[in-house]
Amino acid sequence: MSKPDYLLFDRNTKAIFWNLNRNAIQRMLDYDYVVGREPSVVAIVAPTQSRKFDKFFYGTNEIMIPIYRSTPEAAKDFPEADVLLNFASFRTAYDVTMEALDIPTIRTIAITAEGIPERFARTMRIKAKELGKWLIGPATVGGIAPGAFRIANTGGTIENIVNSKLHRPGSVGLVTRSGGLFNELSNVIARNANGIAEGIAIGGDRYPGTDFLDHMLRYEKNPQVKFMVLLGEVGGTLELRVAEAIKEGKITKPVIAWCIGTISKHFGGEVQFGHAGAKAGAEAETADAKNAALREAGALVPTSFNELPELIRGVYEELHAKGEIPDIVEPEVPPIPEDYAKAVKAGKVRRPTNFICTISDDRGEEATYCGVPISEVVEKGYSIADVIGLLWFKKKFPEWASNFLDMVIKVVADHGPAVSGAHNTKVTARAGKDLMSSIVTGILTIGPRFGGAIDGAAKYFKMAKEKGMDPVEFVDYMKKVEKIPIPGIGHRIKSTKNPDKRVELLKNFAKEHFPSTELLDYALEVEKVTTSKKENLILNVDGTIGVLLVDMFRALGYKDEEIDELINAGAFNAFFVLGRTIGFIGHYLDEKRLDMPLYRHPTDDILYDVKRPEGA
Amino acid sequence: MAQRGIREYDGKRILAQNWEDYFGDAFSYDFKSVLITPETDLDRLPEEHPWLKETPLVAKPDMLFGKRGKLGLILFKKEKPGDVSWEDAKEWIKQKMAEEVEINGVKGYLTHFLVEPFVPHQPEEEYYVAITTDEDEDIIYMSAFGGIDVEENWDKVVEVRIPINASDEEIKKLIEENVPADIKDREKYADFVYRLYKLFKDLHFTYLEINPLVIVGDKVYPLDFVGRVDDTAQFVAGRKWGELDFPAGFGRELTPEEKYIKEMDEKSGASLKLTILNPEGRIWTLVAGGGASVVYSDTVADLGAVKELANYGEYSGNPTRAETREYVKTVFDLMTRNKHPEGDKILIIGGAIANFTDVAKTFEGIIDAMKEYADKLKDVGIKVYVRRGGPNYEIGLKRIKEAAEELGIPIEVYGPETHMTEIVKKAIEENKVA
Repeated sequence: MSKPDYLLFDRNTKAIFWNLNRNAIQRMLDYDYVVGREPSVVAIVAPTQSRKFDKFFYGTNEIMIPIYRSTPEAAKDFPEADVLLNFASFRTAYDVTMEALDIPTIRTIAITAEGIPERFARTMRIKAKELGKWLIGPATVGGIAPGAFRIANTGGTIENIVNSKLHRPGSVGLVTRSGGLFNELSNVIARNANGIAEGIAIGGDRYPGTDFLDHMLRYEKNPQVKFMVLLGEVGGTLELRVAEAIKEGKITKPVIAWCIGTISKHFGGEVQFGHAGAKAGAEAETADAKNAALREAGALVPTSFNELPELIRGVYEELHAKGEIPDIVEPEVPPIPEDYAKAVKAGKVRRPTNFICTISDDRGEEATYCGVPISEVVEKGYSIADVIGLLWFKKKFPEWASNFLDMVIKVVADHGPAVSGAHNTKVTARAGKDLMSSIVTGILTIGPRFGGAIDGAAKYFKMAKEKGMDPVEFVDYMKKVEKIPIPGIGHRIKSTKNPDKRVELLKNFAKEHFPSTELLDYALEVEKVTTSKKENLILNVDGTIGVLLVDMFRALGYKDEEIDELINAGAFNAFFVLGRTIGFIGHYLDEKRLDMPLYRHPTDDILYDVKRPEGA
Repeated sequence: MAQRGIREYDGKRILAQNWEDYFGDAFSYDFKSVLITPETDLDRLPEEHPWLKETPLVAKPDMLFGKRGKLGLILFKKEKPGDVSWEDAKEWIKQKMAEEVEINGVKGYLTHFLVEPFVPHQPEEEYYVAITTDEDEDIIYMSAFGGIDVEENWDKVVEVRIPINASDEEIKKLIEENVPADIKDREKYADFVYRLYKLFKDLHFTYLEINPLVIVGDKVYPLDFVGRVDDTAQFVAGRKWGELDFPAGFGRELTPEEKYIKEMDEKSGASLKLTILNPEGRIWTLVAGGGASVVYSDTVADLGAVKELANYGEYSGNPTRAETREYVKTVFDLMTRNKHPEGDKILIIGGAIANFTDVAKTFEGIIDAMKEYADKLKDVGIKVYVRRGGPNYEIGLKRIKEAAEELGIPIEVYGPETHMTEIVKKAIEENKVA
């Protein structure tokens, strides 16, 4: 499996990717799929991620790639990975590189960050050289070994990769500084020759980890490379080293070279062309001087960038005619499945949805409640009841309805510690449980016997009224047919002589503000019948709320069937659940404040009646 | 960016602010310097710095250019050295600020001055030290013959190369072994240079020169200071630098349009650059990408049309539609100010094959600007040449072609099948430029 020294990447190269850069990793896997190799990214390092893996596509299938907190951990599990793709920011890229250089299994590190301090770049560079390792970058897109391995985003989109023949090896070794022109040159080489065998963009910084010559010396040894293309830049002396190496015979394969930035001679040092680092410090560093030096050394140098394609074509055709460059059988390219999101955007696919939501939307600039942005809810002074209107009923309630609901919530918020829900909450809190567990034990007691009378009252009174039963008839019906006490009628202590003040307030409010209180009036007629039998069989607070909610929804334009649907869905009960949760939370917090110990019910409060079963 | 020159004042201030950490136990430095700008209230300055009125002074411009002594721009004497008072310095500065001067062929006004106490000393006390960076080494230059003639005496300068990963002991040894013989207290000088080098490294200087450097006993007088720092190290050394500004070179005033684009660039995550080379030129460029923009400029020059090249600029890093529109409008505004005597103006909309920039999207911004400036563009006469590749380039090219044709603007569009700079050749040949 081991590859010759002159190759940094082959079809088996495995890489560790530093930073959870989903797009870049996916692009690498897409490339792997297109060239028919197994996934090249074996591990991701992301120190701040708590997840253990992430999913990516390989063709149409999904694969899992493990995420590690540190490079040494990843390298320990994947000793076969000899490439680290360092996508850390300019702040951390240096530390990541220095740490990785000490890991024996890592041989090549590509650094993308721009803006790494020069002293750091120099320190990384010399350490790598001493250890005989390869740094590509900083400030680069990386490079590509067509048909074998692609560094992150190099080559752009898959369409461009295929158009520029970056999916299978050609015969040209390419070196450039920046990534933008790397793409362009790959394209030129694909159109005028048979594509590149390997290409590296060394990066735009003053002190690249490895330079043109380092890679060209590899290309010299690589039998796949038949000639080389070097795209240099004004500033620095890296291209002069290449000229020197050609002269000394260290590079014997044909080299086509061009340094960009010839314009600068026309404007002296006054104008900064291109990268900040691309500035000639001395005459020898100008593009013209370097082009001349390369030409003199024996490289093929065009007269302008515009002539570059012809020159490449010329060399290619000559070598091809001599039989040094064989013909390439173009491989089949499997289509890359289009990303669903992209296809949707382009209007190419459709899919039925699994869920529907008609009450809120979080997709835009700001989340909305039934179309109203939350900021507007706040700015326009919506009450909690108004928000309930939007989210529960998709209505902007009129003021009287909002005020009524507000009153309902206030009235039902608590009823002391002894009722089943509050009691449960307290006992659970005292068992040391958290807020959620404690209030849930309270809420779970809400039902037909506790708090459920609102629904019941609404249901039966409404039914009776609709069927045209007179109050006496209704009371009779409940007793003989339904065989239950009328929900919403009756109180433990309150009576006609000692009326419930909460009920009085609700009734008075409704009389004053509701457009109609038809069902309340009916319920009060029923109350007259029941209280004539027993004084405490009054219309209680649950009953009042139940019938008034029916009146309210009717006034808001709901049809009878719609109101039945609401009741059956539990919407009326919901007001009690919401209101009483306020009380439960209060009891829970009270317990936490008091720090009471675990509750154990006294045995003398329990009737023990335990008998052995027969035969046991 | 990269290496940036800093003012002499800031260099000395940084020395003073970090003195305790680097020199405190062995040397002392009585930092007395003030930076004077056109905004400085000269009459109130002595309240803050009483020494201005108590000691003879030296005044000089502090604007990154050197050879001030030879340019006659250092005030240290009227009759004899050391007789310059605050009043004299003030008058001199006011006068110098008012008159246009020419420095190294660039005309402009002096705006920033440094004033400090005059330090009487003998020429033989003037030492020299400079530190610079090379690939794998830093280089320290040391000499006993400092002052304005150091270049004439360059043969007496000792050069020491310090490997960048050398240990403290190695550094110390290399410096001590190489201190020039003519320095009186060699041990002291070596100790100072060693400490200065540590500061140089820690604070990410890329160049530092003190000339002359006077050391009397434990007292250090850095009489002149030239420094450059690596501005990308802000996140490492920013605290030690303190508030540091990176002035443009002398006389490099930006035009309002260049300034507008520069401000936009600073606010944006994208890159937007514009330099006006010749506002009367015939060939205007709108090129995406730092490398490609240079290639287009090169090609215009290589094909002999450099005198008609009106601007250099680039936009890259995925600018928004609005940013692109503003950028393009700025160029259109400049190119439609007057007609060219020899014919239509030429607009090159170029770029390499984009990696991931959505070409169709960025072209929307150009089309917006084109619509707004259609009448002016037609008045002045214009021919547009487009070449671009990358994601959605087909749609982008189609839309820009349709938009231009609808507006009655002549346009030719090409994709990646055409060589990047072929449109430059076409434009120059078809319009008989050059």
